[in-house]
Amino acid sequence: MNNPVQPAPETLAKQLALVIDLNVCVGCHACVTSCKEWNTSGAAGPLTDLNAYGERPTGTFFNRVQTFEADSYPDTQTIHFPKSCLHCEDPPCVPVCPTGASYKRKSDGIVLVDYDKCIGCKYCSWACPYGAREFDEERKVMTKCTLCVDRIYDELLPPQDRKPACVKACPTGARLFGDVKDPDSEVSQAIRERGGYQLMPEWETQPANHYLPRQITLSTVPQAQPNFRLGDFLNGEPASGKHKPGSGAMEKDAR
Amino acid sequence: MFKFLSSEPVHDATASSTADTEVKTTTCYMCACRCGIRVHLRDGQVRYIDGNPDHPINKGVICAKGSAGIMKQVSPARLTQPLLRRPGSERGEGEFEPISWERAYELLTERLGRIRATDPKKFALFTGRDQMQALTGLFARQFGTPNYAAHGGFCSVNMAAGMIYSVGGSFWEFGGPDLDRAKLFVMIGTAEDHHSNPMKIALGDFKRKGGRFISINPVRTGYSAIADEWIPIRPGTDGALFMALLHELLAQGLVDRSFLQRFTNAPQLVVLDEGEREGLFAFDPAAGPPGDGRHPHNKLAWDLASGRVVQAYPEGVEEGRQLALEGHYKLADGTRVAPAFQLLRDRVADTTPEWAEDITGIPSERIRQLAREVGETALHQAFELPIPWTDAWGKRHPTTQGRPVAFHAMRGLAAHSNGFQTVRALAVLMSVLGTIDAPGGFRHKAPYPRHIVPNYRAFNDPSMIKPNTPLNAAPLGFPAGPDELAVHEDGTPLRIDHAFSWEHPLSAHGMMHNVITNAVRGDPYEIDTLLIFMANMAWNSTMNTMEVRKKLNARGEDGNYKIPFLVVCDAFQSEMVAFADLVLPDTTYLERHDVMSMLDRPISEYDGPVDSVRVPVVEPTGNCKPFQEVLIELASRLKFPAFTREDGTRKFKDYPDFVVNFQAQPGVGFLMGWRGKDGTEHLRGDPNPRQWEMYARNNCVFQYHMPEDQQYMRNWNQPYLDFAKDKGWRQRNDPVQLAIYSDTLQAFRLAAQGKSKGRQPPEHLRERIATYFDPLPFWYAPLETACIDADRYPLAAITQRPMAMYHSWDSQNAWLRQIHSHNYLYVNPRTAQEAGIEDGGWAWVTSAWGELRCMLRYSDAVEPGTVWTWNAIGKGSGAWQLAPAADESRKGFLLNHLITEELPFAGGHISNSDPVTGQAGWYDVRVNLRPAAPEEPAETFPQIATVPSAPGVLGGARKVLAYLVPRKP
Repeated sequence: MNNPVQPAPETLAKQLALVIDLNVCVGCHACVTSCKEWNTSGAAGPLTDLNAYGERPTGTFFNRVQTFEADSYPDTQTIHFPKSCLHCEDPPCVPVCPTGASYKRKSDGIVLVDYDKCIGCKYCSWACPYGAREFDEERKVMTKCTLCVDRIYDELLPPQDRKPACVKACPTGARLFGDVKDPDSEVSQAIRERGGYQLMPEWETQPANHYLPRQITLSTVPQAQPNFRLGDFLNGEPASGKHKPGSGAMEKDAR
Repeated sequence: MFKFLSSEPVHDATASSTADTEVKTTTCYMCACRCGIRVHLRDGQVRYIDGNPDHPINKGVICAKGSAGIMKQVSPARLTQPLLRRPGSERGEGEFEPISWERAYELLTERLGRIRATDPKKFALFTGRDQMQALTGLFARQFGTPNYAAHGGFCSVNMAAGMIYSVGGSFWEFGGPDLDRAKLFVMIGTAEDHHSNPMKIALGDFKRKGGRFISINPVRTGYSAIADEWIPIRPGTDGALFMALLHELLAQGLVDRSFLQRFTNAPQLVVLDEGEREGLFAFDPAAGPPGDGRHPHNKLAWDLASGRVVQAYPEGVEEGRQLALEGHYKLADGTRVAPAFQLLRDRVADTTPEWAEDITGIPSERIRQLAREVGETALHQAFELPIPWTDAWGKRHPTTQGRPVAFHAMRGLAAHSNGFQTVRALAVLMSVLGTIDAPGGFRHKAPYPRHIVPNYRAFNDPSMIKPNTPLNAAPLGFPAGPDELAVHEDGTPLRIDHAFSWEHPLSAHGMMHNVITNAVRGDPYEIDTLLIFMANMAWNSTMNTMEVRKKLNARGEDGNYKIPFLVVCDAFQSEMVAFADLVLPDTTYLERHDVMSMLDRPISEYDGPVDSVRVPVVEPTGNCKPFQEVLIELASRLKFPAFTREDGTRKFKDYPDFVVNFQAQPGVGFLMGWRGKDGTEHLRGDPNPRQWEMYARNNCVFQYHMPEDQQYMRNWNQPYLDFAKDKGWRQRNDPVQLAIYSDTLQAFRLAAQGKSKGRQPPEHLRERIATYFDPLPFWYAPLETACIDADRYPLAAITQRPMAMYHSWDSQNAWLRQIHSHNYLYVNPRTAQEAGIEDGGWAWVTSAWGELRCMLRYSDAVEPGTVWTWNAIGKGSGAWQLAPAADESRKGFLLNHLITEELPFAGGHISNSDPVTGQAGWYDVRVNLRPAAPEEPAETFPQIATVPSAPGVLGGARKVLAYLVPRKP
């Protein structure tokens, strides 16, 4: 590669991001189709579908919800996990782009693809450790979440609508949007107060998007055994073939 | 030039695409939730649909389905042309010829006119997911046929009837959990369902506030995923859990005694002596006739303070009374009596947590803890709102008592043949905790609470089926006793679906799931024309799908079809369309007028009534017509009295005209907003010719906020009851005492036991009625269990609806089908391994009624005795304009193939339904598993022949779809 020593990432004053609250996400996919619907006719569109009415339909979605299980019966957790581009502060998809199509905006940290420069080589999708990029098979360009950059600054929209489509749509309010560099923003407060975390920090990509963990409310009345684990009470062996997170049953559906 | 070499982006990612869009508001119909939407249009094309922030139901949010509405609008499966089955072709082959609407109207007018002039009951109208029953019901009534219902019988009538006969209201549009004020929320038998966005909004807020959420369900998906605790339960056993909770609450004294004394029939004295009054409420002969289900007056109670019997009202609620809830007493004439609550105590004496553990699979210790948690939270963590209110006996309550425990339940309880009594048990549980219409508990939505029993008698007089004559009552209603059953003198059913007969007396929503089987058998008679609107009865909306498909095509010895004429109205080329003789193409929700009416199924909120409309935001596609317009046209051509002026001319120009000008009673019409000549009157007033315009200008919704002191305790809130009567929401302003004990059910039981004088059931049904019409809730095993070798079929099999799909509607949706293009059978790994089936492997699933082959997935989110799958994803090859090899038909499957629509009974057969309400017992089916052989084809079984494209279908299913409404240059 042309430069074996990567420069330290430039620290931006503003970094827009999503903070996703797994404590309330019920996996309804509102964020998935509202994103598709907005963006297909927006600046990033169209978002193409292949075999739309045939075998194995597949298409471009900037945002997907994966569902997996953790722990084993009866103490199973079912987790709905919405995932889109994390708008890393040090995005590995940007330096690998041979044409400069993959870029990070200095003004707000949004990572974008310039379709007019993209040659569809897919280096960026190989570099992305999160699998967040979506190749458009029709246009042969790489696409991805834009944080609805064509909405959030659109002065023709009323101020309350200048949000990403997924954030507006989310029925449980599981998606917060704002500047993670502003300590007083709603997202920064949520990260601080709710233990917000980044995905795979060991990759040092510094994802801007954060996730808020589950919070369990215990019994409303004092119980002899406050942390009741059903598995301790049910007769018989715990289910064999314990499932690891990520190998859960419904994962295929969420693909 | 060379801009591509610059470091600045060339493609403008921020370019606005909103400049030339026009926004119209209407109401969503991607499911039955009925959210407000904003449709953003460019040159008449839908660019974007988002939630309307100014709408009370969804407050700006929208779900996966609503956001994919565009793909429904442009679906290649859209029907655009009336179609007539090609002469010589068989039903099911889907061979059609296009005809004009005029020809379709002529055909229908001639045929229906002939039926109406001879034997009107030979016309049957059954509708699926419609939200216009006030019109479809009126059409049937004016036609003069009792053979009408919507889909409630196979949906959730147990939930509706079980709670309405107990507390006067039910979940969903009738009422729901008050999560704004609850501390503890217990959700049972609900995945994602009715009222989905409001439930999601409320759940999100509730969780953020730190509320405690317990989900009791065989499966942990959807809402249950975010529960603080998941308690797995075996399907069909929820009633046993409730009975055990009642046992514990009563044993521990965790009941709201003063609430029970004043606001329920718990203290009312029940006759214990054998005879025609046995098990009914005692009464004072000097004070008039006895009360019954409809007339709550003239009941007695025992006053411990004075040591004597008192009139339950008004004496029993006077200051200083202390009505007995327990004990055994004697009336002056020697009659032995006991308070209803004593009988409940007796009933739950043996329903211990240990008893329930064996049935439900929930450890008894967990049941005890749950009872303590709901009981202590409701009673010891209660709060009062500073809202004074006045009850039906004139008592001014200085505050409103909150009870911060809310429940929610839906089809997981309802879709069992023991669902009515299970829902009754839940209603009684909610009642003993004092949570009914209390802050933090269960709250009604106008026009509920209804009376117990609602003042709507279903049509039931055989002599009133007369040529060219409307029925003297609506086809559907709520029977209050055997005399209101729709039966002949000999006890045989009056209706083709056997609803309101002794087989299923309280089938308030009809029994659509038995119409085809009964009609083909000629039981109780043959019909001529069956009109099905928006119900996929040849596929996922029917039990026993493959046999029902044969029945739709069955011919008699004369070579004629057993159902001579089959009319299907739908917007899409569903599997049912292929069986139609005549196809009527409906519009989508974006192309039509609709009303969500107080006469029907409004979208009311807890604090007051709300109704709403749809208005067309795009032009109809092809020659589609809204089904309502078709009904108005036919009603006018057939000259139904309600649709015809005295001079014989038609009364209503079209559906919008009908909505504005039809009045159910003076001043009460379909829409309650902007009434009166000048649009200044709300709730009640003269028709306003500009009413549609006012709705369109106001987000298509009208919301009325009741004064604060009329927002709670509405069963007994006198100013509310007076107001509701005045506005036409109820016929009387009597209080609605909760039916801890149901004398209505007892009236049927007495008839079955031969103890009462009136109508008696046929001999073969006596024991059934006597068993299941128990005035107190009880648990029994679902009826299928007794009909099969239970050891051979050890697993319960159930379905759920995925959040991103609404029944069969969304497989034609290019975006939604990418979320679920096919389904698996989800099985606990232990169960699957015992059966020798790999994760992802093909398996045979067999019930006593049928078998299917499908792919299986291991899941730890399902209890080991249950297997489940998503409902209605499996499709018939070629239907819905999906490619013949589409995942839906080759890898998707329906559980319906394993479910029977009838059970063997008394040497014959009877509907596989709840014996009280006729609710289809979808979730009763028991199955076993075995691996498919390696040489078997990797596709689901059964498969059906590919149906061809219907003429005029929108089509255009492309390999590459790139939906784009471009900006103007």
